Formats: sequence, structure tokens, C-alpha cells
Amino acid sequence: MTGSDTTHLLDVRGLVTAFDTSDGVVRAVDGVDFHVAEGETVALVGESGCGKSVTALSILRLVQAPAGRIVAGRIELGGTNLLELPEVEMRKVRGAKIAMIFQEPMTSLNPVLTVGYQIAEAVRLHRGLSRSDAWKEAVRVLELVEMPDAAERAASYPHQLSGGMRQRVMIAMALSCDPRLLIADEPTTALDVTIQAQILELLDSLRARLGMALLLITHDLGVVAERAERVLVMYAGRVIEEGPVDAVFADPHHPYTRGLLRSVPRLGRERGPLATIPGVVPKLNALPKGCRFRDRCDAAVAECASVDPALAPLGQGRRVACIVAAAHGGLRW
Amino acid sequence: MNASNVNVAPGNAPGVGATPPDSSNSLLRAVGLTKTFRVGGSLFGAERSVHAVTDVNLEFGAGRTIGIVGESGCGKSTLGRLLLRLLVPTAGRVEFDGVDLATLTPRDLRSARRNMQIVFQDPYASLNPRMKIGRIVGEGLEVHGVATGKEAREQVLALMARVGLGADAYDRYPHEFSGGQRQRVGIARALALSPRFVVADEPVSALDVSIGAQILNLLMELQDERGLAYAFISHDLRVVEHVSHDVAVMYLGRIVELAPAAEIYAGARHPYTQALLSAVPSVEGKDRKQRVILGGDVPSPLDPPKGCAFHPRCAIAVARCRVEEPQLIDDGGHRTACHLVAGDHLSGHGMAGGAEAHLSRPA
Repeated sequence: MTGSDTTHLLDVRGLVTAFDTSDGVVRAVDGVDFHVAEGETVALVGESGCGKSVTALSILRLVQAPAGRIVAGRIELGGTNLLELPEVEMRKVRGAKIAMIFQEPMTSLNPVLTVGYQIAEAVRLHRGLSRSDAWKEAVRVLELVEMPDAAERAASYPHQLSGGMRQRVMIAMALSCDPRLLIADEPTTALDVTIQAQILELLDSLRARLGMALLLITHDLGVVAERAERVLVMYAGRVIEEGPVDAVFADPHHPYTRGLLRSVPRLGRERGPLATIPGVVPKLNALPKGCRFRDRCDAAVAECASVDPALAPLGQGRRVACIVAAAHGGLRW
Repeated sequence: MNASNVNVAPGNAPGVGATPPDSSNSLLRAVGLTKTFRVGGSLFGAERSVHAVTDVNLEFGAGRTIGIVGESGCGKSTLGRLLLRLLVPTAGRVEFDGVDLATLTPRDLRSARRNMQIVFQDPYASLNPRMKIGRIVGEGLEVHGVATGKEAREQVLALMARVGLGADAYDRYPHEFSGGQRQRVGIARALALSPRFVVADEPVSALDVSIGAQILNLLMELQDERGLAYAFISHDLRVVEHVSHDVAVMYLGRIVELAPAAEIYAGARHPYTQALLSAVPSVEGKDRKQRVILGGDVPSPLDPPKGCAFHPRCAIAVARCRVEEPQLIDDGGHRTACHLVAGDHLSGHGMAGGAEAHLSRPA
């Protein structure tokens, strides 16, 4: 999984995405590096405003211009830097090579067209099939996502479907062009827990069957633990920890990761106080000097106020952006 | 485990509402609480009824929390509003300190409301954007004539300090605060009149985990200090477990399981509760218990299934489940509405394991 000689499906290097706001220019994503290998599930996790969704939108070059723009970095898909492609070429990448699903399927679907039509339209555009073949293909992908009565449901309008079924439609549409990478941005956050379990199970089995890679963006550490192989933890626009999920969760090196894991309510604990992280996430236009987490950190040393920690490798595929952790070859809490 | 707060009626269950009045430590009681909404009834279709809440019996004691958990449309928020009489029940009653709220005059009801407050999910939508924080928190004091002027201001500042808001917040507007701080404002507002019963409706669902944890801790501390009774409504079983003494699991408007929190989490008996627990993503990761994944969606409350409302999604349903609605039967302080748990052919205690064995299947 490590080994720099293997070519990655997706390689993001030094990505910086900035937005113009009334308070000046802020960098929502500020120097993010990571890769996704063929067929693997990588989770991008963090709290609101940490830059995880902007990272995803940047990969597809869907950041809303002119307020938002990618200012620096490379995004390589199979060796091609997507940031250098003309828009016409980029359109062929979206959907065909990288597809994306969002949190709220209702806002991504056209309410006045049947779901079958919407899937068929995407298939015709990308694959040039005839109308009737595209419709058959729509039904086929609906079957692929285990939509009950797929042929009938294809003729339904979005409002006639439940939240879970709409998310199946979105997944079907995303898969209709056989992408190599599926980006799922909080795909189950709006769904009830029993439906969430269905959709996550479905995504996992489709990934395995179709051999695509999955970049799963979520705030839910439980979802990460159960579904991802590698995890990237983001804080205030940066990746602050990276590694295999089991290792990171068993033994987090960054104080923020540790704090997050401790503050998650878990089953099997009786009533009692939860561990918390003091304070709040800093505003992007008023970031502290040095480490962005130091004001809230219980392991901070004097140096943290001046040194902005880089994401440094620790071996075994793990990286951490913390000078205290790096100095000790990882922290044991 | 102290199950006394659930105040289980001896004998069989349908009559929980008819419990003899031995509810010594009960602050607020819901008896046979039912709410039916009428929808439609126009040119385009016949009027239909949505059974939002059906026959709910609960007792809230001082210093105790009942967690009310379920998926969207299960009726948990409607139940919260019924408990506060923000909605008038179709049937049943709510008693506060032994007094049926329906018998109060509007004026007495208003003063009774001082004792009953609510904290909402969305701290963005539930605070008036044009009012300063000090006024939002202190409005109730003036409305109820508890304190005015300088005295009110001092009480408000003390309360704000207690929930973790600085005095400088007094003259600021809601939009100047983060979600977590706004939720602190919502809590301060709810507590201004020193209520004894608080409905917390998804109070941390809109917040990030690290902030949510701060709010949950604050709610628990305030409960311990003030002896508050909480109805804690949430879709998140993990959160509910952390704050609750007892847990009520709802499905399509009914309570299907009610027991002390530790029992629910260690030995859920209803197949729905078991599935719900199993579906919760766990930070412990992949190599944990086998997962039960429920098929299908929650049915529409407009057209609930006959018999047990859960039977179409239940892996162990038998013929009886399709025709006869199970009652909430008590077994040692743990109440379950399932024919197979309390039924004739399977004894209560042996069932939890049995149901699990049936339900477990490779994911």
C-alpha cells in the first residue's frame, strides 16, 4: 500500500483553494497532500469548515468561481494533471472517470424528470448510447444498486422515492459511466441509521465488485472505522494525520485526532461525562501563528507557537503534523 | 439497576396508563398520550389520519433522563411537544405534579409552563436574529414577572456565566456566535425560569462532535445541580446512551421498548432495537459483532402495516405479528412490545439471545 514506485490513481500535491470573503481571502484548503490507490477506500474526516468538502470539489474543479479558486497544487489522475486540462476535457473526466455523490440527493436531482430519464441522459452524454439503450442501461444500474423493482422505479419522480432510494439513484447515476473513483461527500448524513447502514454496505460491495476507489468524506468517525482502509484527518484546511484506519484509531498520534476519538459518544459506555476538546476551531481568517491546533492542545510546547508543523512521515504509512509527536516518533497517549 | 423511574405497573402492560397513583417521585406523567393529525380532505382526496403518537405512557422523575430514540417519522418530536402541551393530544393526558394540564385555565397553564421548557435542535432557527442575547435569555423573566431591570440583568448574566457565555455576549446578536455557543444561549433561555422539566429535542445533532460533547456535558451538569428531569430526544443511540437513565425506543408512533439504559444497550430485546443498535457505526471498527441490516424503509405513518408495525422489516416475524398488535409487556422493569419476546411460546429472558441468533446473518 505504501511504496512510492506504485502509481496512484489519484495524487493530490500541495493543493491550495482560496475563497474571497468579506473578511478577505481565506484558504479553505491550505496545502493538502494525499493519494488514493486503485480500488481502495480512503476517508477524509474532520469537523465543519475543516476543508474536506472543498478538497473534494477541488478534485473535480467544481469550486464555485469567481469567489473560490484553486491557487496552487497539482491534482493528478492516472498521471494527468487535472488542473491543466481545458474545461472541455475536464467535462469528460467528471462522471466518466471521477463521479461524486452528495449528502442530500433531493437537491441534486431534477424534480420534474423521472429518475430513469436522468440516469439515461447522463449515459447518453458520456457514452453516446441511443435513447432506448440508455434507458436499458439506466434500469441495469438501478438493479446494480439493488433498487427494488428497478424497471418500475425508473419511471418514478424523485419525490415519489424515499431518502434511501434517492441516494441509490444518485449512486446508480454516478456508476453509470463506470468511474475509477467515486467521491462520496457525507453520503449518509441525511439518512436514518438503518438506511445509512444499507447505503454504506451497498457502496462497499459496489466498490469491491467494480474495482473502483472510494474517497469517503464524512464527519462520522464510526463510518470511517467501519468502511475505510486509510484515513486523513483534516483540521483548519490541513491534513494533520494520515494512516491506516486501524492503526490511527487504535493509537492516534495527533492530539486533535486523539481528542476527536475521545469525544465521540460510543455504545457500551454508561451515563457520564464525555471527554471534550476545549475551545473552538479557529476562524480561517484569524489562524494562530505556528500550529493551528495549539490553543486547544493539551500537549503543546513553547515551540508550537512559532513552528507550523508539516505532515511528516513516521513509517508504516503514517504521517502526522505535530512537532511533539514527530519528535517522539509518534505519541503514546 | 434502578428501574423505579420507569415506574413499571405490576401485572400486564396495556394498563400502564391505569397505574394506581403511587407515583411518588414522578414529576411529569404521560398517560395514554395519543396524537392523530388529519391530512388531506380536499377536492383531491379523502381526509386521512396520521397516527403520529399512539398510547405513550412515561413517567419523568426529578434528576432523571428518559432518552427517546427512533428514526425520522417515529413520532419522537411530536411526543416532546405533547409532553409540554405545545400540542393538544387527541387522547390521553399529561400530568405535572399530579395535575392534568388539560384541566388548567390558559392562565394557569402559562404559569405551569415556567416549569417546563424546551431546547431545540437548530440553534440557528430558534433564536430571534434581531434580539440581543441578554434579551433572548431574559425575556421569560420579564414575561412571567419574575424579575425586571437590574435584577433581571444580574440573573441573566449569572446564568450566561453558568452555561459558559461571557458577559460580553449580553449585548451581541445570535449571528455573531458559533453553533455551539448558540446552543448555550438556547440552554440559558430554557433555564431562565428555573424549570423542573426540560425537553431537549436533538440538542447536539447540528453540532460537531467535539462541540456536541461540551453541550452534552453541560446538560448533564445542570441536571445534577438543579435536579432537572429531561426528555432527551435523539436519533443517535450513542448520544442517548451517554445521557439517559432510561431509554424509550419508538417506531411508527409507539414505544416498542422501554428499559434502563444499561439494559437496552447490553440486552435489547425488541428486534427493531437490536437492528438499530447494530446499525450504529462504531469507532471500534469492522471486527465487532455481526451486523443486522434491515431491509426496506420505515413505512408511512399514513398507512401503517397491520399487526405489529415493524413486521414487514422484521427477520423473525411470525403469522401472529401480521394480524395482532403487540402490547408493551413488562418483564422485570424492561418493557417490550413484541409477541416473540413476551409471547406464549418463548419466555422473556431467553428471548434476547434467541432473537439475536435469528437476526444475525453475514453482512
